[in-house]
Amino acid sequence: VILSAAPSCYSRSVNAWFCSQYVQDYSSDIQHAFVQHVELSALILAIAIVLSFPLALLALRTRLLRSSILSTLGIIYTIPSLALFVLLQPAFGVTHATPVIVALVAYAQLLLVRNVLVGLEEVPAEVLEAARGTGYGPARLLFGVRIPLALPAILAGIRLTTVSTISLLSVGGLIQQGGLGQLILDGQQRDIRAQVLTGVVLIVALALAADLVLLAAQRLATPWARART
Amino acid sequence: MDLIRNAINYLNDPKNWHGFDGIVPLAWSHLKITLLAVLLAAVFGLTLGIALGHARRGGAVVTALANLTRAVPVLGLLALLASNGSLGVTTSTAVLALAVFAVAPIVTNTYTGVSGVDDETIESATGLGMSQVQILFGIELPLALPLIAAGLRTALLQVFATATIASFVGAETLGNLINDGQSVSRYDQVLAGAICIAVIAIALDIVLATVQALVTPGAGNRLRRVARRRSRTVPDTASTVR
Repeated sequence: VILSAAPSCYSRSVNAWFCSQYVQDYSSDIQHAFVQHVELSALILAIAIVLSFPLALLALRTRLLRSSILSTLGIIYTIPSLALFVLLQPAFGVTHATPVIVALVAYAQLLLVRNVLVGLEEVPAEVLEAARGTGYGPARLLFGVRIPLALPAILAGIRLTTVSTISLLSVGGLIQQGGLGQLILDGQQRDIRAQVLTGVVLIVALALAADLVLLAAQRLATPWARART
Repeated sequence: MDLIRNAINYLNDPKNWHGFDGIVPLAWSHLKITLLAVLLAAVFGLTLGIALGHARRGGAVVTALANLTRAVPVLGLLALLASNGSLGVTTSTAVLALAVFAVAPIVTNTYTGVSGVDDETIESATGLGMSQVQILFGIELPLALPLIAAGLRTALLQVFATATIASFVGAETLGNLINDGQSVSRYDQVLAGAICIAVIAIALDIVLATVQALVTPGAGNRLRRVARRRSRTVPDTASTVR
């Protein structure tokens, strides 16, 4: 095979940071890593959000439950990600992504539960009183009054969690389960700068895009909050 | 469950604790790198946070900085710095990258604490004839101390966590046990390393929480309420880079 006269911009001799040739030649690898990153993040966020509501409602019941749930989540949050991934491997297997999913769902709980709690607690007592007075039952009170009024805090928590999950998922690359994180590590090991930078740029872009989408959703869902911010 | 038993056996073997790449020297090196990075970040972050907070300017910049560092993956920044020929795979690469991530919580908290002192308080201090320097050291900094301490605690824990990852760019940390163990398929060592890292991180948090509680005055419920309200208005002071 005769190579083209000029070395490609991602060859060892050039090794440029920006290299469209690399993106073209490796587009299927990049796409694969990107799709995996999006899928894993979406799965983690979906599970985390669904799980956070019952946890927050449980924490609202008594002072003891509240402090024990929050401190347990706090302790989990203190464990560095790489260590937590590995600690979950004996239970969930060494060869697939389950430890990473479980760990990131667990981290997300602290951010989500705390925000849902703050949101639910800040609904004024008079509003609840008035709703009860007009005949709202517990379920309607929760879904019709408390959650809608807590929405700004809840959505702020979801935004924070989304950005941090997308960024943190890359650490999964160190145990071969990281979507774009693996692209970055692979690029670093093979000394292809364009690959490292492509991975980083895609993660940041993905995080910012997700944040913007959620910001728009937040504006739409809570039009009354716009005046305040 | 064999994996867990093997990890416990690994931890019970004294020759894994000392000597080259033993748990004790790696833990020391891990803590040294963490402290160095936070010190570097604190010099920069405290100065910037105090200056902007005292001038009550640049709040948007501080928030943008905090949000941006949250989105940039730490693994990516480490890889970027390591791929840059001039730095390469060394301890200083790791310290530099870790420091970059520690700046955000320090600046954010310092800025929020200093700029959040009541306007009336500053006005009455000015009325009493206090100079700017006196206001800063006599009023703003003491009132901001709890938030500054919280920021430093966040930074330390975050850097400790990130230093684990940094072993792949050549930092000698407990992360080596995981990285090296994986490359030779010694999962007892990998799990033992993870156990050590988790235990030290939790212990570090307990120590830092105690220090933080000591510098947070119990005097005056009003003050505490103000501080609490203020800490809630910070985007989020807890680290999101683990």
